[in-house]
Amino acid sequence: MSGFLNPPVRGEYERRLEPFTELPVERALPFATRVWAQGGVRKGLILAVLAVLWELLARWQDNDLLLPTFSATARALVDGLASGELIDKVRISFAVLLQGYLAGVLLAFVLTTLAVSTQLGRDLLDTLTSMFNPLPAIALLPLALLWFGLGRGSLVFVLIHSVLWPLALNTYAGFQGVPETLRMAGRNYGLRGLRYVLQILVPAALPAILSGLKIGWAFAWRTLIAAELVFGASSGKGGLGWYIFQNRNELYTDRVFAGLAMVVLIGLLVEGLGFATLERLTVRRWGQQR
Amino acid sequence: MTTTMLRAGPAFARPVPAPQPAAPGPAAEAAAVGTPLLQVDGVSLEYRTRERVVRATHRVSFDLHEADRFVLLGPSGCGKSTLLKAIGGFIRPVEGEIRLDGRGVSAPGPDRIVVFQEFDQLPPWKTVHQNVMFPLLASRSLGRKEAAERALHYLDKVGLARFADVHPHQLSGGMKQRVAIARALAMQPRVLLMDEPFAALDALTRRKMQDELLALWDEVRFTLLFVTHSIEEALVVGNRIALLSPHPGRMRAEINSHGFTLGSLGGSEFQAASQRIHRMLFEEEGAVA
Repeated sequence: MSGFLNPPVRGEYERRLEPFTELPVERALPFATRVWAQGGVRKGLILAVLAVLWELLARWQDNDLLLPTFSATARALVDGLASGELIDKVRISFAVLLQGYLAGVLLAFVLTTLAVSTQLGRDLLDTLTSMFNPLPAIALLPLALLWFGLGRGSLVFVLIHSVLWPLALNTYAGFQGVPETLRMAGRNYGLRGLRYVLQILVPAALPAILSGLKIGWAFAWRTLIAAELVFGASSGKGGLGWYIFQNRNELYTDRVFAGLAMVVLIGLLVEGLGFATLERLTVRRWGQQR
Repeated sequence: MTTTMLRAGPAFARPVPAPQPAAPGPAAEAAAVGTPLLQVDGVSLEYRTRERVVRATHRVSFDLHEADRFVLLGPSGCGKSTLLKAIGGFIRPVEGEIRLDGRGVSAPGPDRIVVFQEFDQLPPWKTVHQNVMFPLLASRSLGRKEAAERALHYLDKVGLARFADVHPHQLSGGMKQRVAIARALAMQPRVLLMDEPFAALDALTRRKMQDELLALWDEVRFTLLFVTHSIEEALVVGNRIALLSPHPGRMRAEINSHGFTLGSLGGSEFQAASQRIHRMLFEEEGAVA
């Protein structure tokens, strides 16, 4: 009699397996599931629901001056686009926006490159971002107007200010998050200086840089529209903000909404086409982001 | 003398003549052995934490000859990885010197390519093929076309030519390490430095990778410095093993293991060698306990 519990000894067996034919190994998903898997379909549905809610709310409110209906806004938007007025305004705003945005991006790159290569650069970035990042760009506008006059110069200045600091912060945080192994691998091949930053740090930190670019883009838009609302036209030709401001003064509320809708549409377009494509081609393809 | 080996470039030694059995004296023996490729000469390494300076290795010396498969073996804390980083040029010794071909090592360089343990050593934004080409282009040692060809050649050697256009995140751990090895070999470095390259792999893949590494060595005869904490891996992969003691790392012994292959696993000689190393690594602890 043994006190140990021993597992029973069982016989061995060996089986010859036939090729698997009972079921198809792969099968297609149902049509509805495949349609639902498209991000555009889901987002379009959300937009449609929001539009319907707006329309219902506006009809119930029944006051065109305060809240025009969705259909009235859509009509004003189409009219504005057809007459070319709105497109003109968008073009003016866009040109200024791009100038300020690109200059801000370039400066942010210079600052962060300095910050990763020298201790002093790091201190400079730290100090400058903690000083200027909390400062609203619009608060600098009166100063900018004094310095650069009533025109494009001041707009570009405040745009740079609104893009530079958040992008520099994000980019630097991205650089710091690059795995040590990857850094050593890069240095192992003799990469240093600017080549090291461009070939190792920038691609490795791209998710953070992209999110910085998105934040910067949004900040730039906000600043631009707000600046145009505050001081209106730049050298006689106003942009989208000016269009909104003017129509509010004349109580064309549907056009105010059309102007706002334009800002929203451009935002959706840039996000959906620009940044989403950029992400799909880079960080998603590389598996850095799901 | 076979000259076909030479096509592989300067990194790869000609077949080493068999050691002379009866050398009359130490001078003659040195001549027979030839000058070492890599000399680690009395190297002490330290690293800094927030409060103190820790000595990782203390006056460690060993020589690597061409086509050596030299293994650094020791428990964690013996500074073997730090030593490898110093040879890579990432850390400067506080004492002693590391010489490659007689010249002191002072900075990282493409003549000493490191294969790391971590899987994130492959830039995720490059395809497998681009990854293998990367050091060739980064160090400006080859043009784009030649680099592409050589990269494909070595990818083929590690059996990944089919995956050339895939990004690293789509590969398994073992495949990633194969890419890293192909990338290192494509550079034809003077020394290939491997820092526990198979430690993060599962046991079966690990054994397969050891086998493949040995087959690759048989073919191209690179010089290898291999860090591991597995006695079995050291015996299989290496032809010579340096044993390091922990806290700080000091040379405990150098052992020949050229006779062992994966086939000798479990044999009595292999067991004996393994136990001998085990004893040397753990007897100090036993004495203290």
